[in-house]
Amino acid sequence: MLYLPIILLIIFSFNNSTTLVFPLKGFTLQWYGQLFANRELLNAVGNSLIVGVGSSLAATILGTMGAIAMVRFRLPGRSVFLGVAALPLVIPYVILGVSLLVLFNEVGIKLSAFAAGLAHVIISMPYALLIVASRLVGFPDNLEEAAMDLGASYWGALLRVTIPICSPALLAAFLICFTMSFDEYAIASFLVGTDATLPVYLYSQLRFPTRLPMVVSLAAILMTITMAVMLFSEWLRRADHTSARKA
Amino acid sequence: MTEPAVEICNVTKLYSSKRGKRTEEVHAVREMNLSIPCGKFFTLLGPSGCGKTTTLRLIAGFETPTTGEVFIQGKVMSKVPPNHRPVNTVFQNYALFPHMNVARNVAFGLEIKRVPKAERERLVHEALELVKLADMGDRKPSQLSGGQQQRVALARALVNRPSVLLLDEPLGALDLKLRKAMQIELKHIQEQVGITFVYVTHDQEEALTMSDLIAVMKDGVIQQLGDPVTLYKTPANKFVADFIGESNFIKGTVDSESGGLARILVGRECVEVGSGGVSLKAGEAITLTIRPEKINLSRIGAGGPSGTVEDRVYIGTDTRYLVLLLSGETIIVRVQNGCGSEEGEFAKGERVTVRWSPADARLLKD
Repeated sequence: MLYLPIILLIIFSFNNSTTLVFPLKGFTLQWYGQLFANRELLNAVGNSLIVGVGSSLAATILGTMGAIAMVRFRLPGRSVFLGVAALPLVIPYVILGVSLLVLFNEVGIKLSAFAAGLAHVIISMPYALLIVASRLVGFPDNLEEAAMDLGASYWGALLRVTIPICSPALLAAFLICFTMSFDEYAIASFLVGTDATLPVYLYSQLRFPTRLPMVVSLAAILMTITMAVMLFSEWLRRADHTSARKA
Repeated sequence: MTEPAVEICNVTKLYSSKRGKRTEEVHAVREMNLSIPCGKFFTLLGPSGCGKTTTLRLIAGFETPTTGEVFIQGKVMSKVPPNHRPVNTVFQNYALFPHMNVARNVAFGLEIKRVPKAERERLVHEALELVKLADMGDRKPSQLSGGQQQRVALARALVNRPSVLLLDEPLGALDLKLRKAMQIELKHIQEQVGITFVYVTHDQEEALTMSDLIAVMKDGVIQQLGDPVTLYKTPANKFVADFIGESNFIKGTVDSESGGLARILVGRECVEVGSGGVSLKAGEAITLTIRPEKINLSRIGAGGPSGTVEDRVYIGTDTRYLVLLLSGETIIVRVQNGCGSEEGEFAKGERVTVRWSPADARLLKD
């Protein structure tokens, strides 16, 4: 039942009519054709990909560093740090968007895909941090000691032991950050300026009823991709957990 | 004498832990002086919390001394991080890298030292052969049994040819039979490779089985340093006597001393004990200690303290008697069975006389 709207969407994307009502008129691929002929839209997809990949890379790296600091070192004020790091999880995106708009204007960061990417790093970093931290807690910290005992420097131990063991978690974190960034609208709408990302572009197109079927067909494609990515990252996480349990 | 493998000079390690608003300071190691000779199997023995693991971590470099210095092969180690020390550790939980197979685990140290591939493969094979796992190279650690993982950890450390190998209760997680077998094997491997082993354990039997030299620790202080026979035969204090093997402690007062032989009053009876160089004053309170297997039981009449058999436990090779002395103290006596002595078993409630040769008992000041 949960997936009924999505299935409907996919069905309508092939329907030969501009209105989304039953009965279906006939099979067509014209909406998909329109989709790939639309330069603006393809630009928006490109922007979204760049923002998504860039921000999730940065979020994963920062989140991993945060997780290592949190799990492996007895920092003073660790709980405060965790609270602050997790704050973006609970602040409504509209408020975050407005406040970042004000901030970026003050410090002179131009409204652009880059600004949106920066914001996405902030919102997705906590997810990366929590995912990686949960993995770090799961294996004994004297593996790093063992590596150093065998001659590796601290960074060598991280690179040769910690990061490889965490790699499934790192990939899962990256994918989750990416999906978050890819369909985030509220903050992006404040910050992208003229480099509309896909969600921003789609909302702007909803004003034109004739374009609706094209948007629907795009949504159908995105749904399929997103679902595949989510299933893949979940599968990774599971595979990782079973191997961790065996060890 | 060559120079010692490890020297610990005046080392103190303080941990401070916050309990609410109070900060408590705990001495994990207290002004320790220790010299570990080259090529020996050396054991740090003590109950949990005595500072033995901390001592090991000080040598490995995972802890830094609060005061004092650690020397390895005559070189001061205070500024040397763990990865540059000529030591390797076998960890309690093995700490094998789960994402690498056995051969790569063993090769880890060599890879970091950039040993050429052919040489590396030869050394890894040698090390795995030494621990009898030559055909397990491509397994993952998770596919091995506990005993096998333990051997991999040993090979991974030994392949680097450290000057000193540190072992932190490596047999703790194995079952009794396997542990016994590994004890013998560890000792063999140590003799074969000739590397100084520093072994940490709380198991006194394990320590006696394997070690050339044992340091008994309590509360961060070394109580006694010696070879197994010395520790067993001439414990320096009550803690050592009690921790290593089983001991009886009998309270008494000094009656007189002459020619290395002390006469001690236990209750109203007099016993003779070798004074063992302890200076004694008449009337002084003192504890004498004697191993249960060094005591002779006989029927009432012969000279020596007398008592009553309180309990008797048959344990196959021996029989253990609990004897209540006239002075009110209970002692344990072990009598070996067989060779016709079975008929000499004493019944519960029977009056007996206990005797020992003066050389087997020792005097301990409190």
